[in-house]
Amino acid sequence: MSEEFKVEIKPENLVYQKPALTTDATMHYCPGCSHGTVHSLIAEVIEEMGIQDSTIGVSPVGCSVFAYNYIDIDWAEAAHGRACALATAMKRLNPGKMVFTYQGDGDLAAIGTGETIHACNRGENIAIIFINNAIYGMTGGQMAPTTLVGMKTATTPEGRRVDLHGYPFKIAEMLTHLDGVSYITRQSVNNPVNVRRAKKAIRKGFEKAMAGKGTSFIEIVATCNSGWKLSPVEANRWMEEHMHPVYPLGDLKDI
Amino acid sequence: MAKIKGTIVVDTERCKGCSVCVAACPSEVLALHRSVNSKGYNFSYMENPDACIGCANCAIVCPDSCITVYRQKFDTAPVR
Repeated sequence: MSEEFKVEIKPENLVYQKPALTTDATMHYCPGCSHGTVHSLIAEVIEEMGIQDSTIGVSPVGCSVFAYNYIDIDWAEAAHGRACALATAMKRLNPGKMVFTYQGDGDLAAIGTGETIHACNRGENIAIIFINNAIYGMTGGQMAPTTLVGMKTATTPEGRRVDLHGYPFKIAEMLTHLDGVSYITRQSVNNPVNVRRAKKAIRKGFEKAMAGKGTSFIEIVATCNSGWKLSPVEANRWMEEHMHPVYPLGDLKDI
Repeated sequence: MAKIKGTIVVDTERCKGCSVCVAACPSEVLALHRSVNSKGYNFSYMENPDACIGCANCAIVCPDSCITVYRQKFDTAPVR
Protein backbone atom coordinates (compact mmCIF):
# COMPACT_ATOMS: atom_id res chain seq x y z
CA MET A 1 0.00 0.00 0.00
CA SER A 2 1.31 3.41 -0.85
CA GLU A 3 2.53 5.36 2.19
CA GLU A 4 0.28 8.30 1.39
CA PHE A 5 -2.97 6.34 1.86
CA LYS A 6 -1.97 3.89 4.54
CA VAL A 7 -5.12 2.84 6.41
CA GLU A 8 -4.45 2.85 10.12
CA ILE A 9 -5.44 -0.25 12.08
CA LYS A 10 -7.40 1.38 14.89
CA PRO A 11 -10.91 1.02 16.35
CA GLU A 12 -12.22 4.22 14.71
CA ASN A 13 -11.57 2.73 11.28
CA LEU A 14 -13.08 -0.66 12.04
CA VAL A 15 -15.78 -1.68 9.56
CA TYR A 16 -16.24 -5.36 10.28
CA GLN A 17 -14.83 -7.91 12.66
CA LYS A 18 -15.64 -11.41 13.84
CA PRO A 19 -18.98 -11.22 15.69
CA ALA A 20 -18.44 -11.02 19.45
CA LEU A 21 -20.66 -14.06 20.02
CA THR A 22 -18.68 -16.25 17.62
CA THR A 23 -16.31 -18.28 19.74
CA ASP A 24 -12.62 -18.70 18.98
CA ALA A 25 -13.11 -22.41 18.33
CA THR A 26 -12.16 -23.31 14.76
CA MET A 27 -15.25 -24.57 12.97
CA HIS A 28 -15.13 -28.21 11.90
CA TYR A 29 -16.95 -27.46 8.64
CA CYS A 30 -15.26 -28.02 5.28
CA PRO A 31 -13.61 -24.95 3.70
CA GLY A 32 -16.28 -22.73 2.11
CA CYS A 33 -19.25 -24.34 3.86
CA SER A 34 -22.34 -22.13 4.08
CA HIS A 35 -22.91 -23.17 7.70
CA GLY A 36 -20.13 -20.88 8.89
CA THR A 37 -21.60 -17.85 7.13
CA VAL A 38 -25.05 -18.50 8.60
CA HIS A 39 -23.55 -19.00 12.07
CA SER A 40 -21.94 -15.55 11.77
CA LEU A 41 -25.27 -14.01 10.72
CA ILE A 42 -27.09 -15.55 13.69
CA ALA A 43 -24.35 -14.35 16.05
CA GLU A 44 -24.59 -10.83 14.61
CA VAL A 45 -28.39 -10.74 14.83
CA ILE A 46 -28.42 -11.93 18.46
CA GLU A 47 -25.71 -9.40 19.31
CA GLU A 48 -27.56 -6.54 17.61
CA MET A 49 -30.85 -7.45 19.29
CA GLY A 50 -29.06 -7.66 22.66
CA ILE A 51 -30.64 -11.01 23.54
CA GLN A 52 -27.53 -13.06 24.21
CA ASP A 53 -28.66 -13.97 27.74
CA SER A 54 -32.18 -14.91 26.75
CA THR A 55 -31.63 -16.91 23.56
CA ILE A 56 -31.69 -20.69 23.38
CA GLY A 57 -30.66 -22.46 20.21
CA VAL A 58 -31.48 -26.04 19.35
CA SER A 59 -28.81 -27.77 17.33
CA PRO A 60 -29.73 -30.70 15.11
CA VAL A 61 -28.15 -33.90 13.98
CA GLY A 62 -26.11 -33.38 10.85
CA CYS A 63 -23.02 -31.34 10.04
CA SER A 64 -24.23 -28.53 12.31
CA VAL A 65 -24.47 -30.87 15.31
CA PHE A 66 -21.63 -28.95 16.95
CA ALA A 67 -23.23 -25.53 16.40
CA TYR A 68 -23.24 -25.13 20.18
CA ASN A 69 -19.46 -24.85 20.13
CA TYR A 70 -19.46 -21.83 17.84
CA ILE A 71 -22.03 -19.33 19.12
CA ASP A 72 -21.79 -18.21 22.72
CA ILE A 73 -25.44 -18.61 23.79
CA ASP A 74 -27.42 -21.36 25.51
CA TRP A 75 -27.98 -24.45 23.39
CA ALA A 76 -29.78 -27.74 23.58
CA GLU A 77 -29.04 -30.74 21.39
CA ALA A 78 -32.09 -32.47 19.96
CA ALA A 79 -32.48 -36.04 18.80
CA HIS A 80 -32.48 -36.42 15.03
CA GLY A 81 -35.34 -34.37 13.57
CA ARG A 82 -36.83 -33.48 16.96
CA ALA A 83 -35.52 -29.92 17.23
CA CYS A 84 -38.94 -28.29 16.77
CA ALA A 85 -40.48 -30.50 19.46
CA LEU A 86 -37.70 -29.62 21.90
CA ALA A 87 -37.96 -25.92 20.98
CA THR A 88 -41.72 -26.06 21.60
CA ALA A 89 -41.16 -27.33 25.12
CA MET A 90 -38.49 -24.77 25.91
CA LYS A 91 -40.50 -21.86 24.53
CA ARG A 92 -43.66 -22.88 26.39
CA LEU A 93 -41.78 -23.26 29.68
CA ASN A 94 -39.82 -20.03 29.17
CA PRO A 95 -42.09 -17.71 27.18
CA GLY A 96 -39.66 -14.80 27.61
CA LYS A 97 -36.80 -16.58 25.88
CA MET A 98 -35.96 -16.41 22.20
CA VAL A 99 -35.90 -20.03 21.05
CA PHE A 100 -34.70 -21.00 17.60
CA THR A 101 -33.82 -24.24 15.89
CA TYR A 102 -31.00 -24.67 13.39
CA GLN A 103 -31.60 -27.66 11.13
CA GLY A 104 -30.38 -29.09 7.88
CA ASP A 105 -32.50 -30.71 5.21
CA GLY A 106 -31.75 -34.26 6.35
CA ASP A 107 -32.93 -33.33 9.82
CA LEU A 108 -35.86 -31.00 9.14
CA ALA A 109 -37.16 -32.20 5.78
CA ALA A 110 -36.69 -35.95 6.21
CA ILE A 111 -36.88 -37.50 9.67
CA GLY A 112 -38.24 -34.30 11.27
CA THR A 113 -40.95 -33.41 8.76
CA GLY A 114 -43.75 -34.35 11.15
CA GLU A 115 -42.35 -32.33 14.06
CA THR A 116 -41.78 -29.33 11.81
CA ILE A 117 -45.26 -29.35 10.31
CA HIS A 118 -46.98 -29.72 13.67
CA ALA A 119 -44.85 -27.05 15.37
CA CYS A 120 -45.71 -24.66 12.51
CA ASN A 121 -49.38 -25.66 12.60
CA ARG A 122 -49.55 -25.00 16.35
CA GLY A 123 -47.97 -21.61 15.70
CA GLU A 124 -45.23 -22.03 18.27
CA ASN A 125 -43.43 -18.72 18.78
CA ILE A 126 -40.08 -20.03 17.66
CA ALA A 127 -37.81 -19.34 14.70
CA ILE A 128 -36.77 -22.24 12.52
CA ILE A 129 -33.59 -21.85 10.48
CA PHE A 130 -33.49 -24.45 7.73
CA ILE A 131 -30.26 -25.01 5.83
CA ASN A 132 -31.14 -26.63 2.52
CA ASN A 133 -28.13 -27.99 0.65
CA ALA A 134 -30.02 -30.77 -1.16
CA ILE A 135 -27.82 -33.52 0.22
CA TYR A 136 -26.91 -35.44 3.39
CA GLY A 137 -23.54 -33.76 3.87
CA MET A 138 -22.40 -35.34 7.12
CA THR A 139 -22.89 -38.97 6.18
CA GLY A 140 -21.21 -38.79 2.79
CA GLY A 141 -23.51 -37.08 0.32
CA GLN A 142 -26.53 -39.36 0.05
CA MET A 143 -29.78 -38.26 -1.61
CA ALA A 144 -32.01 -36.10 0.61
CA PRO A 145 -35.73 -35.34 0.05
CA THR A 146 -34.62 -31.92 -1.23
CA THR A 147 -32.18 -33.30 -3.82
CA LEU A 148 -32.86 -31.89 -7.29
CA VAL A 149 -34.20 -34.07 -10.10
CA GLY A 150 -31.23 -35.44 -12.04
CA MET A 151 -28.73 -34.49 -9.32
CA LYS A 152 -25.99 -37.04 -8.77
CA THR A 153 -25.39 -38.11 -5.18
CA ALA A 154 -23.72 -41.09 -3.49
CA THR A 155 -26.99 -43.03 -3.55
CA THR A 156 -28.22 -41.75 -6.92
CA PRO A 157 -25.10 -42.12 -9.09
CA GLU A 158 -27.21 -41.80 -12.26
CA GLY A 159 -29.06 -38.76 -10.92
CA ARG A 160 -32.33 -38.52 -9.00
CA ARG A 161 -35.20 -40.12 -10.92
CA VAL A 162 -38.76 -38.92 -10.47
CA ASP A 163 -40.28 -42.36 -11.11
CA LEU A 164 -38.08 -43.93 -8.45
CA HIS A 165 -37.39 -41.19 -5.90
CA GLY A 166 -40.16 -38.65 -6.34
CA TYR A 167 -39.81 -34.88 -6.51
CA PRO A 168 -37.69 -32.40 -4.52
CA PHE A 169 -39.52 -31.59 -1.28
CA LYS A 170 -40.43 -27.89 -1.20
CA ILE A 171 -41.17 -27.68 2.49
CA ALA A 172 -41.26 -23.86 2.64
CA GLU A 173 -44.02 -23.69 0.01
CA MET A 174 -45.94 -26.40 1.83
CA LEU A 175 -45.80 -24.57 5.16
CA THR A 176 -47.32 -21.39 3.67
CA HIS A 177 -50.72 -23.11 3.93
CA LEU A 178 -50.49 -23.38 7.70
CA ASP A 179 -52.16 -20.60 9.70
CA GLY A 180 -49.70 -20.81 12.59
CA VAL A 181 -46.79 -19.54 10.52
CA SER A 182 -46.32 -15.78 10.32
CA TYR A 183 -43.14 -15.51 8.27
CA ILE A 184 -41.66 -17.81 5.65
CA THR A 185 -38.72 -16.73 3.60
CA ARG A 186 -36.08 -18.37 1.45
CA GLN A 187 -32.63 -16.82 1.29
CA SER A 188 -29.14 -17.77 0.23
CA VAL A 189 -25.59 -16.86 1.26
CA ASN A 190 -23.79 -17.27 -2.07
CA ASN A 191 -22.77 -13.62 -2.50
CA PRO A 192 -22.50 -10.47 -0.35
CA VAL A 193 -25.91 -9.13 -1.45
CA ASN A 194 -27.69 -12.34 -0.49
CA VAL A 195 -25.77 -12.55 2.78
CA ARG A 196 -27.02 -9.09 3.75
CA ARG A 197 -30.58 -10.05 2.76
CA ALA A 198 -30.36 -13.29 4.73
CA LYS A 199 -29.27 -11.37 7.79
CA LYS A 200 -32.30 -9.06 7.54
CA ALA A 201 -34.55 -12.10 7.15
CA ILE A 202 -33.09 -13.81 10.22
CA ARG A 203 -33.55 -10.62 12.23
CA LYS A 204 -37.15 -10.27 11.07
CA GLY A 205 -37.86 -13.92 11.90
CA PHE A 206 -36.39 -13.54 15.39
CA GLU A 207 -38.37 -10.34 16.01
CA LYS A 208 -41.63 -11.96 14.92
CA ALA A 209 -41.02 -14.99 17.11
CA MET A 210 -40.26 -12.73 20.08
CA ALA A 211 -43.39 -10.65 19.41
CA GLY A 212 -45.52 -13.80 19.66
CA LYS A 213 -46.81 -13.65 16.10
CA GLY A 214 -46.31 -17.35 15.40
CA THR A 215 -43.64 -19.49 13.84
CA SER A 216 -40.96 -17.96 11.64
CA PHE A 217 -39.40 -20.22 9.04
CA ILE A 218 -36.17 -19.06 7.40
CA GLU A 219 -34.85 -21.36 4.71
CA ILE A 220 -31.27 -20.77 3.57
CA VAL A 221 -30.35 -22.41 0.28
CA ALA A 222 -26.79 -23.49 0.97
CA THR A 223 -23.88 -25.29 -0.61
CA CYS A 224 -22.23 -28.57 0.28
CA ASN A 225 -19.13 -28.32 -1.85
CA SER A 226 -17.64 -31.57 -0.48
CA GLY A 227 -20.85 -33.50 -1.12
CA TRP A 228 -21.30 -31.92 -4.53
CA LYS A 229 -17.63 -32.59 -5.39
CA LEU A 230 -17.01 -28.98 -6.41
CA SER A 231 -14.72 -26.20 -5.19
CA PRO A 232 -16.43 -23.67 -2.86
CA VAL A 233 -16.60 -20.99 -5.58
CA GLU A 234 -17.87 -23.46 -8.19
CA ALA A 235 -20.42 -24.75 -5.69
CA ASN A 236 -21.80 -21.23 -5.24
CA ARG A 237 -22.06 -20.89 -9.02
CA TRP A 238 -23.70 -24.31 -9.37
CA MET A 239 -26.20 -23.36 -6.67
CA GLU A 240 -27.15 -20.15 -8.51
CA GLU A 241 -27.63 -22.03 -11.78
CA HIS A 242 -29.42 -25.14 -10.52
CA MET A 243 -30.79 -24.66 -6.99
CA HIS A 244 -32.19 -21.12 -7.21
CA PRO A 245 -34.55 -21.90 -10.14
CA VAL A 246 -36.04 -24.82 -8.17
CA TYR A 247 -35.92 -23.03 -4.81
CA PRO A 248 -36.59 -19.38 -5.76
CA LEU A 249 -35.43 -16.81 -3.22
CA GLY A 250 -37.67 -14.29 -1.50
CA ASP A 251 -40.46 -13.99 1.07
CA LEU A 252 -43.20 -16.61 0.66
CA LYS A 253 -45.40 -15.45 3.51
CA ASP A 254 -45.29 -12.38 5.72
CA ILE A 255 -48.28 -11.53 7.90
CA MET B 1 -12.29 15.29 -3.18
CA ALA B 2 -11.88 12.59 -0.60
CA LYS B 3 -10.50 9.18 -1.19
CA ILE B 4 -11.73 6.12 0.70
CA LYS B 5 -9.28 3.33 1.27
CA GLY B 6 -9.60 0.07 3.07
CA THR B 7 -7.47 -2.69 4.39
CA ILE B 8 -8.07 -6.11 5.87
CA VAL B 9 -6.40 -8.26 8.48
CA VAL B 10 -6.75 -11.99 7.88
CA ASP B 11 -6.57 -14.44 10.76
CA THR B 12 -4.31 -16.72 8.75
CA GLU B 13 -4.47 -19.62 11.24
CA ARG B 14 -8.29 -19.62 11.14
CA CYS B 15 -8.46 -19.29 7.33
CA LYS B 16 -9.22 -22.48 5.41
CA GLY B 17 -8.36 -21.11 1.97
CA CYS B 18 -11.83 -21.61 0.50
CA SER B 19 -11.36 -18.51 -1.72
CA VAL B 20 -14.99 -17.42 -1.37
CA CYS B 21 -13.63 -14.00 -0.32
CA VAL B 22 -11.49 -13.85 -3.48
CA ALA B 23 -14.61 -14.32 -5.61
CA ALA B 24 -16.63 -11.81 -3.55
CA CYS B 25 -14.11 -8.95 -3.82
CA PRO B 26 -15.30 -6.33 -6.33
CA SER B 27 -11.82 -4.78 -6.67
CA GLU B 28 -9.84 -7.96 -7.21
CA VAL B 29 -7.71 -7.30 -4.17
CA LEU B 30 -7.55 -10.77 -2.68
CA ALA B 31 -5.76 -13.95 -3.63
CA LEU B 32 -4.60 -17.09 -1.92
CA HIS B 33 -1.05 -16.94 -0.63
CA ARG B 34 1.59 -19.35 -1.95
CA SER B 35 2.57 -20.36 1.57
CA VAL B 36 0.34 -22.33 3.91
CA ASN B 37 -0.74 -22.09 7.53
CA SER B 38 -0.18 -24.80 10.11
CA LYS B 39 -3.21 -26.75 8.85
CA GLY B 40 -1.87 -26.74 5.30
CA TYR B 41 -4.31 -24.26 3.81
CA ASN B 42 -3.25 -21.51 1.42
CA PHE B 43 -4.61 -18.54 3.34
CA SER B 44 -6.15 -15.43 1.84
CA TYR B 45 -4.12 -12.21 1.63
CA MET B 46 -4.20 -8.81 -0.09
CA GLU B 47 -2.40 -9.25 -3.37
CA ASN B 48 -3.33 -5.80 -4.59
CA PRO B 49 -3.81 -3.75 -1.39
CA ASP B 50 -4.02 -0.35 -3.12
CA ALA B 51 -7.33 -1.28 -4.74
CA CYS B 52 -9.11 -2.11 -1.45
CA ILE B 53 -12.12 0.10 -0.76
CA GLY B 54 -13.04 -1.43 2.60
CA CYS B 55 -16.46 -2.65 1.47
CA ALA B 56 -16.29 -5.67 3.79
CA ASN B 57 -17.81 -8.01 1.19
CA CYS B 58 -14.98 -10.49 1.79
CA ALA B 59 -15.57 -10.46 5.52
CA ILE B 60 -19.32 -11.00 5.44
CA VAL B 61 -19.09 -13.99 3.08
CA CYS B 62 -16.20 -15.56 5.01
CA PRO B 63 -17.57 -18.78 6.52
CA ASP B 64 -14.95 -18.79 9.24
CA SER B 65 -15.11 -15.10 10.21
CA CYS B 66 -11.37 -14.64 9.77
CA ILE B 67 -11.36 -11.22 8.11
CA THR B 68 -11.33 -7.88 9.96
CA VAL B 69 -11.93 -4.81 7.80
CA TYR B 70 -10.76 -1.22 8.33
CA ARG B 71 -11.67 1.80 6.26
CA GLN B 72 -10.34 5.35 6.31
CA LYS B 73 -11.18 8.53 4.45
CA PHE B 74 -8.30 10.60 3.11
CA ASP B 75 -8.51 14.19 2.01
CA THR B 76 -6.91 14.40 -1.41
CA ALA B 77 -6.62 18.17 -1.59
CA PRO B 78 -3.41 19.24 -3.38
CA VAL B 79 -0.42 18.79 -1.13
CA ARG B 80 1.29 22.09 -0.39
